[in-house]
Amino acid sequence: MKIATDRERCIGAGQCVLNAPDVFDQDDEGTVVVLDDHPSPVEEPAVRAAEHACPARVISLVS
Amino acid sequence: MTPNTITAGHDAGASATPAYPMKRGCPFDPPAELAQLRTEKPISRVRLWDGSSPWLVTRYEDVRSVLADPRVSADTDRPGYPATSAAILARRKNTRSFIGMDDPEHSTYRKMLISDFTVRRTGSLRPLVEKIVNELLDAMERGPRPVDLVEAFALPLPSMVICQMLGVPYADHDFFQSHSRALLDLSVDVQESMRANDELREYLTGLVAAKEAEPTDDVLGRLAQQRVLTGELSRDDAVSMALLLLVAGHETTANMLGLGTLTLLRHPEQAAEVRDGDPGVVNSAVEELLRLLTVVHSGRRRVAIEDIEIGGVTIHAGEGIIAAGEAANRDPAAFVLPDDLDIHRADNHHVAFGFGVHQCLGQPLARLELQIAYPALLRRFPGLRVDVPIEEIRFRDQMIVYGVQALPVSW
Repeated sequence: MKIATDRERCIGAGQCVLNAPDVFDQDDEGTVVVLDDHPSPVEEPAVRAAEHACPARVISLVS
Repeated sequence: MTPNTITAGHDAGASATPAYPMKRGCPFDPPAELAQLRTEKPISRVRLWDGSSPWLVTRYEDVRSVLADPRVSADTDRPGYPATSAAILARRKNTRSFIGMDDPEHSTYRKMLISDFTVRRTGSLRPLVEKIVNELLDAMERGPRPVDLVEAFALPLPSMVICQMLGVPYADHDFFQSHSRALLDLSVDVQESMRANDELREYLTGLVAAKEAEPTDDVLGRLAQQRVLTGELSRDDAVSMALLLLVAGHETTANMLGLGTLTLLRHPEQAAEVRDGDPGVVNSAVEELLRLLTVVHSGRRRVAIEDIEIGGVTIHAGEGIIAAGEAANRDPAAFVLPDDLDIHRADNHHVAFGFGVHQCLGQPLARLELQIAYPALLRRFPGLRVDVPIEEIRFRDQMIVYGVQALPVSW
């Protein structure tokens, strides 16, 4: 599982941090930061939830 | 305007087109016609106050698609944009905030504020929110019973928090609360609404100017010093942002607190679990109340800028779209037993804060306040009860943000 994000289009809603706090963070400007772009499989449901919840649709899982 | 007015270019079958927003039957549920449309005609024309007939989108997946679609505009100045009321249409002339703009303009403004609303930054306000909650509960405990929960707790909490954050003196709360109410009241006429808007602008203009002269450590202070004085943002635009944040910052959360508490009190077993305060339960209870109550209850307004195919319907460029989050959040295709309160509901990806690039900027703050306030209130007053028969409670049908006008409680 690999995570791709589009920081340019991120709107800083913070849904990713709420859904998968061990995988995502926001920088000081609110933009998504991936803490671990090859997270362990146990994180997959949380990452999928973040992908679904992201209102700007800038998170995708590449397996 | 007569109800039968049909303006050029609109649906020829407008006489059969249902009016929107519709009237509620049960005060705790969206209008039954919405559920019927969602099943039978999930993308269909509705008729608005001005005779126009935009598309109403009612299914969860369609609402998300529309709101995330770059071919759909939130620009309130575009022809075909479905205005909520004559007053809002009139107010746009001097207050255009970034929720009514498209990217890249919208994101330029939004980015000036995001750093103050990140999950972590908002989380640092926890001690402040807890302190305000405790002080308000102390005052309630000392005061007479019954007491109006809206006036004693639900409104002052978010109002005090947003004042602290923005740097607006809470001492002026009577002024800005009554003016905010006028801006969100669909029964207020154009003139009165414009006056409320102008007076709020005048007040906030003075505040921003003072913060340009004298730096303060708050959102408006930072905007004044880092954006207005540098020429990046006009004072007028700063005032429009301040107005949006001030109004959105207290009315929405206040109504979630009032209506949410009433809802919990009608489900005593679930209320007891919230009172026990397990953080996981409290968090999912808050999401569930946000979904079930969807207090922003008259749709998210958009206009198509290209032809789009959605759910077998073609929406043409220039046609208005209303994404009915209040219907989407009750869609059985997305939520099991959608009309039930289930504080343990998993995967609750509701659209109560909207979806797409305009999704609520202040949502981490709203969550923080609700997650602290519900259990604290229920713990302080374990015997909390509504002091009037349900028939006597007045609901905010005429307001852009739904809720209860007042909630007399005792314990």
